[in-house]
Amino acid sequence: MTEQLFAALPLWLVLISLVTALLIFLCGEARQRLRTTLNLLAAFLKLGLIAVMLRAVQGGTTFGFRWPLLPGLDLVLKADALTLLFATLSASLWLLTTVYAIGYMERSENRARFFGFFSLSVAATMGIATAGNLFTFFIFYELLTLSTWPLIVHRGTPASLRGGRVYLYYTLGGSVLLLTGLVALNGLAPGQDFIPRGALAPWSVGHDDELRVIFVLIAAGLGVKAALVPLHGWLPQAMVAPAPVSALLHAVAVVKAGAFGIVRLVEEVFGAELVARLGVGLGLAWVAGTTVLYGSVRALAQTDLKKRLAWSTVSQVSYVVLGVALGGSLALVGGLVHLVHQGLLKITLFFCAGVWAERFGIHRIDELDGLGPRLPWIGVSFSVAALGMIGLPPMVGFISKWLLGSGAIAAGQPWVVGVLVASTLLNAAYFLPLVHRLWFRPLAADVPPAVPLGRGAITAMTLPPVVTAALALGMGLLASTALSPLGWVRLIVERP
Amino acid sequence: MPSHDALALLVLAPLLAACLTVLAPAAWRWLPVVGTLVALPVLLAILTPAVVGGGTLVLALAGHAAPLGIHLRADGLALLMLWLVALSGGAAAVAALRSHPPASPGGGYFWPLWLLLLAGLNALFVSADLFNVYVAIELVSLSAIALIAAGGQADALRAAMRYLLLAMLASLAYLLGVALLYAQHGSLDLYQLAAGVAQAGGGPAATPARAATLTALSLITVALLLKAAVFPLHMWLPQAHAQAPGPVSAVLSALVVKTGVYLLYRLWLWTAAGLDTAAVATLLGGLGAAAVVYGSLAALVQVQIKRVVAYSTVAQLGYLMLVFPLVGDPRAAPGAWMGAGCQLFAHGLAKAGMFLAAAALVHGMGSGRLDRLAGADKSQPISLFAFGLAGVSLMGLPPSGGFLAKWLLLEAAWMQRAWFWMAVLLLGSLLAAAYVYRVLAAAFVTPPAAAPGAAAPAQSSRGRPVPLSMSLPALLLAMASVAMGLWVEPLLEMLAIGPPPSVGPMPALGGRP
Repeated sequence: MTEQLFAALPLWLVLISLVTALLIFLCGEARQRLRTTLNLLAAFLKLGLIAVMLRAVQGGTTFGFRWPLLPGLDLVLKADALTLLFATLSASLWLLTTVYAIGYMERSENRARFFGFFSLSVAATMGIATAGNLFTFFIFYELLTLSTWPLIVHRGTPASLRGGRVYLYYTLGGSVLLLTGLVALNGLAPGQDFIPRGALAPWSVGHDDELRVIFVLIAAGLGVKAALVPLHGWLPQAMVAPAPVSALLHAVAVVKAGAFGIVRLVEEVFGAELVARLGVGLGLAWVAGTTVLYGSVRALAQTDLKKRLAWSTVSQVSYVVLGVALGGSLALVGGLVHLVHQGLLKITLFFCAGVWAERFGIHRIDELDGLGPRLPWIGVSFSVAALGMIGLPPMVGFISKWLLGSGAIAAGQPWVVGVLVASTLLNAAYFLPLVHRLWFRPLAADVPPAVPLGRGAITAMTLPPVVTAALALGMGLLASTALSPLGWVRLIVERP
Repeated sequence: MPSHDALALLVLAPLLAACLTVLAPAAWRWLPVVGTLVALPVLLAILTPAVVGGGTLVLALAGHAAPLGIHLRADGLALLMLWLVALSGGAAAVAALRSHPPASPGGGYFWPLWLLLLAGLNALFVSADLFNVYVAIELVSLSAIALIAAGGQADALRAAMRYLLLAMLASLAYLLGVALLYAQHGSLDLYQLAAGVAQAGGGPAATPARAATLTALSLITVALLLKAAVFPLHMWLPQAHAQAPGPVSAVLSALVVKTGVYLLYRLWLWTAAGLDTAAVATLLGGLGAAAVVYGSLAALVQVQIKRVVAYSTVAQLGYLMLVFPLVGDPRAAPGAWMGAGCQLFAHGLAKAGMFLAAAALVHGMGSGRLDRLAGADKSQPISLFAFGLAGVSLMGLPPSGGFLAKWLLLEAAWMQRAWFWMAVLLLGSLLAAAYVYRVLAAAFVTPPAAAPGAAAPAQSSRGRPVPLSMSLPALLLAMASVAMGLWVEPLLEMLAIGPPPSVGPMPALGGRP
């Protein structure tokens, strides 16, 4: 019995956040302290469970939970090394975002609703991380759409509702594509689980065209959330959300879920060899490369800080897709490790942007002058993250790009190196001016005094970006050790 | 045998209860709600194991066999619908306590009519011959019409009158068809007719028998399409369902319109199974597709919340019509049949929950308009959450019963490479998402900061506190429709008992299809 309970640990991971969400909804608006306690308790509990699973997976234990839904179709949850990479990233960043949100939302209304759906989104992300087949993945993927919509429209203004509507147009449209692809796949190869090296090779005889169509449908459905061009339109519009939501969406939940899905699709449903043989991998690499460049170019033209960061996300997440699509273990390592690196760096940037917006009412880039010394911790964190995004060694961004470039050459696609170089130059072009403004321009005369907030709120908003920036710095310096994400990713890729 | 008695009691007990409630309302005032809530599930709990374990149950009332006597027949589909009656009816009865307290002086005949409606529904689902079905249809229609008019407002009376006239027209057509069939084949039993119908209608020659049979089937079909409010015979539904009191709307959308669909299934999948029904199947599917698109688009432009839900019923019934073409292919038939059962049940639960939630929201806001919903997530969180949760099932988003139904139907369509039906299913769920989110967005709107004291008091004075008896049943039904998405095994077991002749053996859960 305890064996079964232990093996079903991925299920508990999902259920913790579900139960937390329910409790938060039941608590009501007034009981703030209870809510905070519940949130933090759940976040720590999750991290604890993940730590247990990490040790176990390293030792070779497998986890699995299976629940039959329909004839031939099961709900499957598991925890392999890739699961834990995504789950660790999500859970730890979630803890930090919860702390940040508690401070950020202090003067906001409807906090019970916010934190309830927040927890529900975590539950959905945990489900996505632990999904053991595409069907289960789809279920939690849709749950993610459902639970993030109330967060985007939280403020209730016409602009928020419009952003939410655009979000739904894109994500529900994507879900139609994904569902069609899933039905087709199930019709061809019923009930396949995620298997390393992919499970579809036996069905590939004589069904090449069908498999190509299925791949395109599923990748397009996933690509909406992963903000691949031309399915990216919802992301800049979703910036109307409060800063913790933008941080969440861009670093952890929605965008990464799409990219993670594409990784699972290529590696564990189709298998890298089949993808290469069908030729769809190259097509996906082209789309990803285009997105990298297009996102960077559009970011350059933005005057709103959050919009610039949004377009930067569009560009950066495609690195992951690029790494997966190219084939070959070096590129895969580069793409997967960028999943972690980009998450840390981007969440830092959004945290800082949120602090400036909340305390000074600053939303535009030209209002950033001289803000570095004003809130030094925030300024330093932002600068570290910006330099990391550009990819200067020894920052983590450099590591991912180097691996991707090497992988591209190894896969025989040298044009990717050109894309990476161009993208780095563009990154510098739109990030360096921000750092320059922060530190090397005098404070503008009309900057209002900082909005007074409680000391707890200020700490809650300052600590997370400092932690994530420090982690990013540390991961860059310690990249060659086995403890770093890079070490973990190498383990994932090299394990048979 | 207890299961046979349970089957008979399912029809007779509500009738008896209705009589008692009319004769001595004060003495029997606990009977309607307790009866619906307790007695029906208990009877079903006795009946279900007998059917699932022993196959279709047939009861000859008073020992008289067909064609003279009345047969009651409980197979998987009938059992499924009976459970839907018990669950939706029970929840709606609890919700109706607030607005229609039993044995209240002004309460009129609400509860006796309610019990008659339930008796009629139960009788319809277990009837095995066409005339018994007719009696049950009349009972259901007349009590439903009277319940719609129970409130007494002019709009409700108008809607009820329109429904009455159209229902009478439908019943006339139905009776004509039944008479033709009886004259031609000498039997009224749905299942015994199958052989005669196949023989008469099957040949290429235009014999009088063929003409009579096909005419009869057409008349009955048109009548049932009108009862089921399938496009383009749906005009009576939006007003009737929107003007009725909340619990009545719930039962109307979840159960009463399903009777038309249920009987269409019986007619074309059992009685007329021997005929070549490809053309009819495509026609019915086409009407369903039109219903899906039309109903969803109409729901998108409504300003009253109950009308949105009513048009949503028009759209969702269209899915059930799609089953006809999908069941035609032998490989896809089991999946399509499972999808039909799941859609019937999931939609029943979700739509009843949605109507109860909408009624609670209207009660709490004091107005049925969407633009008054702002702030409902604070003032009526349970009702709004119930609405959203029911919407999840209607949109076909996982995990919910509606999603499983959609998946099964999509799979069945894929197997036949029926792209058109697939597109209709997918488009329908997108449109459903559009009109559900439209309502939810109206609730999330932050009202612009009004001048202090000016607008706020006027709004809150019209709202009333919503008791738990109104909001909790809605939430429970909505949760049931979502929970069904995770545990559908009992439903599939029921559906495997007595499937239509064209559907082969049904796959078991956990095995490969």
